[in-house]
Amino acid sequence: MKSLTKRPGNGSRTALAPYSLWAMLFIVVPMVFIAYYAFTDNNFQFTMENITRFFTTVSNVKNPDGSVEEVRTYLLILGRSLKLAVISTAVCLLIGYPLAYRIAHARKRTQKIMMTLVMIPMWMNFLIRTYAWMTILQDAGIINNILSKLGLKPVHIIGTEVAVIIGMVYDYLPYMVLPIYSIMVKMDSGLIEAAHDLGCGTLSVLRRVIFPLSLPGVLSGITMVLIPSISTFYISQKLGSGKFFLIGDAIEGQYVANNLHFAAAMAFILMIILLLFMALIKYFTSRYLYGGNAK
Amino acid sequence: MEKIIELKHISKSFDGETVLDDISLDIHDNEFLTLLGPSGCGKTTTLRMIGGFEHPDQGDVVFMGKRINDEPPHKRNVNTVFQKYALFPHLSVFENVAFPLRERKVPKKEIEEKVNEMLKTVMMSAFANRRVTSLSGGQQQRVAIARALINHPKILLLDEPLGALDLKLRKDMQVELKKIQKSTGITFVFVTHDQEEALSMSDTIVVMSEGKIQQIGTPTEIYNEPVNAFVADFIGESNILDGVMLDDFRVKFAGHTFECLDKGFAKNEPVDVVVRPEDVDVVDPAEAELCGDVTSVTFLGVHNELIVDIAGFKWMIQTTDFVAEGAHIGIKLDPDAIHIMKKSKYSGMFGDYSTFSDEADELANVQDEEDAE
Repeated sequence: MKSLTKRPGNGSRTALAPYSLWAMLFIVVPMVFIAYYAFTDNNFQFTMENITRFFTTVSNVKNPDGSVEEVRTYLLILGRSLKLAVISTAVCLLIGYPLAYRIAHARKRTQKIMMTLVMIPMWMNFLIRTYAWMTILQDAGIINNILSKLGLKPVHIIGTEVAVIIGMVYDYLPYMVLPIYSIMVKMDSGLIEAAHDLGCGTLSVLRRVIFPLSLPGVLSGITMVLIPSISTFYISQKLGSGKFFLIGDAIEGQYVANNLHFAAAMAFILMIILLLFMALIKYFTSRYLYGGNAK
Repeated sequence: MEKIIELKHISKSFDGETVLDDISLDIHDNEFLTLLGPSGCGKTTTLRMIGGFEHPDQGDVVFMGKRINDEPPHKRNVNTVFQKYALFPHLSVFENVAFPLRERKVPKKEIEEKVNEMLKTVMMSAFANRRVTSLSGGQQQRVAIARALINHPKILLLDEPLGALDLKLRKDMQVELKKIQKSTGITFVFVTHDQEEALSMSDTIVVMSEGKIQQIGTPTEIYNEPVNAFVADFIGESNILDGVMLDDFRVKFAGHTFECLDKGFAKNEPVDVVVRPEDVDVVDPAEAELCGDVTSVTFLGVHNELIVDIAGFKWMIQTTDFVAEGAHIGIKLDPDAIHIMKKSKYSGMFGDYSTFSDEADELANVQDEEDAE
């Protein structure tokens, strides 16, 4: 088939000018600045020091058994960020996929109501949402109040990794639900009927037709949750009681401390990691997935 | 012939609207049966009921003697070619056809053999590894047929499968479908609103309207002996006139008494009279039974289509002779050109050829009312 993508002509290029200018000013220029700061010192002389500092800084941490271990500080923080991000993304997928499926197969009216409910939290500032979770999860918070009223033992959540993951899942779940939902709702119901007709039971239809067809949505959901989760900050400070310093917190901390060049170096490294990750997903999508352009 | 499917007194309504009203129908082994009717007549719902996608409110679906009302689609030995083909866009042509076999865990080698053979049957071997999204409508159609046939179902259901194809391709596919049906011996249940398609392909035609079966018969029976004004109007062109059956073999209409071949009506029973446009002989007014003025002539290649005003009734007449517009002509009707039908609720609904479609009729009526005001 002939490609339908059209190259913009001269006229449309002029029409695009305001957008191009906007993109230059607010997307490209800041990135150039980050790169520039990352590779310069306080006197704006070229240096690799900021980058090497990220990989070589060491500090001592105490293991649970009391022994002291020397670790590479920022690699440890990056590793922790990756771990929490992957876990939250996985939880988002586990909750978001069935939810999106349910919503997409509900009646039109119910769909609207449920989608609004999913999106309402996004209308609130995320600082406020995080504070709300603090009051819910605190040792003397809402959950423990309910538990004690029921005569159950209180649980300690605040200040644990679980609390940070809860906060992240809560914040990013809509970004998982939306792309999956929009694919599912557009899916031709005739395909599902055809699969039934050709001998598939409900589970088999899900496995052989619905899931593979929804994969592009799943992938964009994963991208949209994983990327902000890796660079997340603040949630970890508030819900993790400051015990789970993440890469986002580290960058924020350096900016606040006015170490602009090292902060920029960390941001730059994170950006490269995320770009690599996105390139990988894009390659995988276009190569192996229905809806891709390869082949 | 062995009965494969029996529909027994089936009724179905959606949101309080009756879609099927007490449908009973037998479908036999090796039959090419067509459900024919205008949109909204319930033909697709009937098909979906056999496929298992709809369940009757009342009545039974019986498959080879066994009631299968509650059997889900994947447990029925019935496959469907869907209107929009419903091919899986994430699978290749080969994998689409192999889909039902993989579900049954057929050994790999056997799958390969069967699919390749089936692709050959529908002449799609060269496309096995192509994406289905890169195929033309006709090619997608062939893949859909191959996929539906690979399980060797007892019945193949086809829901307006040729609707999206252009005229020439449709003719080819009609011939081919018929050939496939003959060679496989599978019963085909075919849904269409195209009467020509129904006449040319079917062993049996079921004409439906408003959720009811109007007539079941062979194409010739349906065409030559329609049971009521609806069937006569829907299948082919027909002039439907009010008449009175004077006696066996004698009918009076348009102010003239004609000989006919029908009998068994009460004396002086009011009836509907059908005269097909191609059965009318155009003659000199002097030797004619009825006379009228030609109001329009349309050249259609094989013949001319005349609209003739005879005592206020607009007849459609097809003739190979040249007739000028405005000419005064006479017509003659042989006894076998006349078909008599009992009065039904459709009597009078299909008038003369002032207009061709119901829609134009309605518009004309509205115009008349406005003019009267």
